[in-house]
Amino acid sequence: MASRLLWASRVASHLRISVAQRGFASAVLKDLKYADSHEWVKIEGNKATFGITDHAQDHLGDVVYVELPEVGHSVSQGKSFGAVESVKATSDINSPVSGTVFEVNEKLTESPGLVNSSPYEQGWIVKVELSDAGEAEKLMDSDKYSKFCEEEDAKH
Amino acid sequence: MIVNGFKDLGLPLMNIVKLRGTPILQQLVLEERLLRSSFENWCIINDGTNVPTIVMGMSGKPCELVELEPVVKDGIPVIKRFTGGGTVIVDESTVFVSLICNRDDVPNVQPYPRSVMAWSGSLYSHVFNGISGFQLRENDYVFGDRKFGGNAQSITRNRWIHHTSFLWDYNENNMAYLKLPSRVPQYRLERDHTDFVCRMKDYIERSVFIEKTINAVGTQFLLKELSLDEIDDSRREHLESTRLLTMDELKESLANTSRIKSIAQAV
Repeated sequence: MASRLLWASRVASHLRISVAQRGFASAVLKDLKYADSHEWVKIEGNKATFGITDHAQDHLGDVVYVELPEVGHSVSQGKSFGAVESVKATSDINSPVSGTVFEVNEKLTESPGLVNSSPYEQGWIVKVELSDAGEAEKLMDSDKYSKFCEEEDAKH
Repeated sequence: MIVNGFKDLGLPLMNIVKLRGTPILQQLVLEERLLRSSFENWCIINDGTNVPTIVMGMSGKPCELVELEPVVKDGIPVIKRFTGGGTVIVDESTVFVSLICNRDDVPNVQPYPRSVMAWSGSLYSHVFNGISGFQLRENDYVFGDRKFGGNAQSITRNRWIHHTSFLWDYNENNMAYLKLPSRVPQYRLERDHTDFVCRMKDYIERSVFIEKTINAVGTQFLLKELSLDEIDDSRREHLESTRLLTMDELKESLANTSRIKSIAQAV
């Protein structure tokens, strides 16, 4: 766990954002937005990068395959656009925002484990051009997402 | 009746569909539709399928998982299904049990594979109660160290499916169509298929297994039996990913494999 916090700090330092310390829980990065289906999104102007959170990758187990959308594919907030495979299961990845895919992380085809080892950095999944910047208001900030994860885990 | 009524209060509804000899492609396509487009819970039991068929998981590659030459020569159908997991060859001696659930109707289960399998493992422990050696071992259903049931899952935002092919019996010749996969559970060690799997018929009667499975599901759900004709799967808003690979695809895969082998040998 200490190594995970150290990793999160290094990522945050590289991205020039701060880390929410959650003790022994999964890493959550400030300045990202989060969906209740455990995807993160970084918005820069009218473009967004997203992937799945540390909480999600930890619960999924070793990712062995990532089904990526095509460039040009339209994604809608809350709807599935791809999937990850882990531990005999395909799990939907849901889009935290709406837009058009302009880049996918091709490295995930050969190295799907990047989703586990570096969910917020090298494990990013898609980049989209936003169709509705206002949608981000519906997402959680890091504090709300941290609490959301704690409450979810506490129920089980 | 009143006592039963009170017992049933609060239990979510589960539709039970009992099939026999339904083609596995038809079963899987139905399951994908119900997972994506239905809001109800489903338990589908298919007592054997009609012809020997190879079924790969979502990310499966025929060249890595299947002995393409005999498969092409013998015309064995190969399906890619919508769930994860490995490759199986199924036939009339395979019993299929599929559970499609709303996340909210099984609130103690998180929508992640290990949580779903912990729940299913517990369910089947009731089915195989009294049979020594049953356990969910590294995600397989085993008696001791021999696998008799392969399972797989697909998890969406609000629903999940856990489906299993149980080896009631199997034809050893059919196992020869499958390659040893690169990803194997640790407990497999280096055993080939015939040393790794076992026949469920050596442990439990077929009809008893089906009846006990339905009873086990009935401890958590209120059961309602439906026939195939009564299922409304007309809502198809999703892209269907389950499909039968064409013979051309398999031949092309075989040709590519042969080309690569020739190049490797020449070098």
